[in-house]
Amino acid sequence: MSTGTTKLDVVVSDVVPVNDLVTRFHFRRRDGELLPTFSGGAHVVVEMRDGDRTRLNPYSLMGSPLDTREYTISVRRDDVGRGGSLFMHRQVKPGLEMVISYPVNLFSLDLRAKKHLMLAGGIGITPFMAQTSQLAGAGGNFELHYTCRTASLGTYADVLQQRYGNRVKLYHDDRDERIDLDRLLSSQPLGTHLYVCGPAGMINWVRDRAAALGWPSETVHFEHFAAPQPGAPFDVTLAVSGKTIGVGSQQSLLEAIEAAGVDPPYLCRGGVCGQCETNVISYDGKFIHSDHWLSEEDHRSGCKIMPCVSRFEGKSLVLER
Amino acid sequence: MAAKTIISRPIYGTLSPQPGKHHLFIADAEGALAITDMAGKAPPGFFDGAEIVFIPGREGKHIAALEALKPAQLHLPPSFASLVPRLRQTLTNAHMGLRIYLAGTEGLIGQAMQVALEAGIDHTSMQTEHRGSLARRMQCVHCKGITENVTTQPALCSHCGLLLLVRDHYSRRLAAFQGVCINAEDRSENPPMEEAFP
Repeated sequence: MSTGTTKLDVVVSDVVPVNDLVTRFHFRRRDGELLPTFSGGAHVVVEMRDGDRTRLNPYSLMGSPLDTREYTISVRRDDVGRGGSLFMHRQVKPGLEMVISYPVNLFSLDLRAKKHLMLAGGIGITPFMAQTSQLAGAGGNFELHYTCRTASLGTYADVLQQRYGNRVKLYHDDRDERIDLDRLLSSQPLGTHLYVCGPAGMINWVRDRAAALGWPSETVHFEHFAAPQPGAPFDVTLAVSGKTIGVGSQQSLLEAIEAAGVDPPYLCRGGVCGQCETNVISYDGKFIHSDHWLSEEDHRSGCKIMPCVSRFEGKSLVLER
Repeated sequence: MAAKTIISRPIYGTLSPQPGKHHLFIADAEGALAITDMAGKAPPGFFDGAEIVFIPGREGKHIAALEALKPAQLHLPPSFASLVPRLRQTLTNAHMGLRIYLAGTEGLIGQAMQVALEAGIDHTSMQTEHRGSLARRMQCVHCKGITENVTTQPALCSHCGLLLLVRDHYSRRLAAFQGVCINAEDRSENPPMEEAFP
């Protein structure tokens, strides 16, 4: 239940295949009212009720923030993940009633910026769909650099180029096109903010270069939802609630805690927001940290874990939950 | 040294070399010493990409020490007000990768920061170091006039003549502390003026 996760009862109003890997889903409110206002970069957590199992995955809203009659998300199919995207692709049809969270924005534009420089990789394009709509409506100054594997997998590249012309620059891996990142970062006017969303490797590369080239950290914004990775099952003791539970190989630690009837706070379920940060009371084994929230020092200390994305291997783990 | 009292009261650090392609220093008076102290920690060649703007004041001290750092440019304006058009021009033409370092009196740090904020630089992205006088730049909240170099508590507004309590409440937008009438209820009450910001 949890902080900021008021729920919205919605119905799937459309399902649109975009390319071989990506499908777009449209949601409207079941009561016909307008959906809550959101800002570019916001995400919702979608509840996927799949038999007796419920998955909760975050997806960026990609529609224009100026239109709240419907929310749209784009889901890239992941054939080796824990099944959330496969459920969306296979089971979700127009007319299905679903529950989603209120929108939360952990990747918002800094509107004090003189210019917004956006770097997208693959499906990381989705928050920029909403942000560019928001900025274009307000006459904002932006430039979008979008890397995709092939032209046919360049999700929404055609739409973006049609809308914004040469403010959008495409780079295709199969044509060996690469961003000249150092040159791009060094030629931006003072007061530019940088936004990056894509694979972890891309985010780290961009953050490292930006820091080295003198971009203050306040001007560098990034979002990477770490999908919880499957792994070996493990047991965990919840000291506060006095329960010992098992975490299945396809289940996240947070999902297992919730399945046991314990209700920790959460917001993004992707290792970004910090809400579900949990203290470790004792452990004998090794943590597999996958979040972007805790510091490296926190990771080494063995005192904290983000149960939404991180796992554990070893003999025993006791959490303050 | 400025102490943190309320959240808006600025606190200052110690200059340290930042990664970047260009470095712009703005300093007055004893602020020059913050730059020369920092120079010891800077990597070789750091000042090749640096511009130092130094307002030396009447005594004209520290200029030779800054020259010895061999910055790409050393600019010595006669006052902050006379510097502003040039500073705005520099920031308008600058690119990301320019880092800003402000050192000296609070009045100088605050006013230079005000110009840099307008150029889109976050105040937390700038290096600051306070040196020298604690004298305050104060805005009278009643007539909005600015009084420079306030050293007493309370202080007279140089515009409307009200006796003002100099608050720790600071405005980055105005680059000034707020001064509020100290005897509004009874103007015959005149608390003694003490030297508070030497």
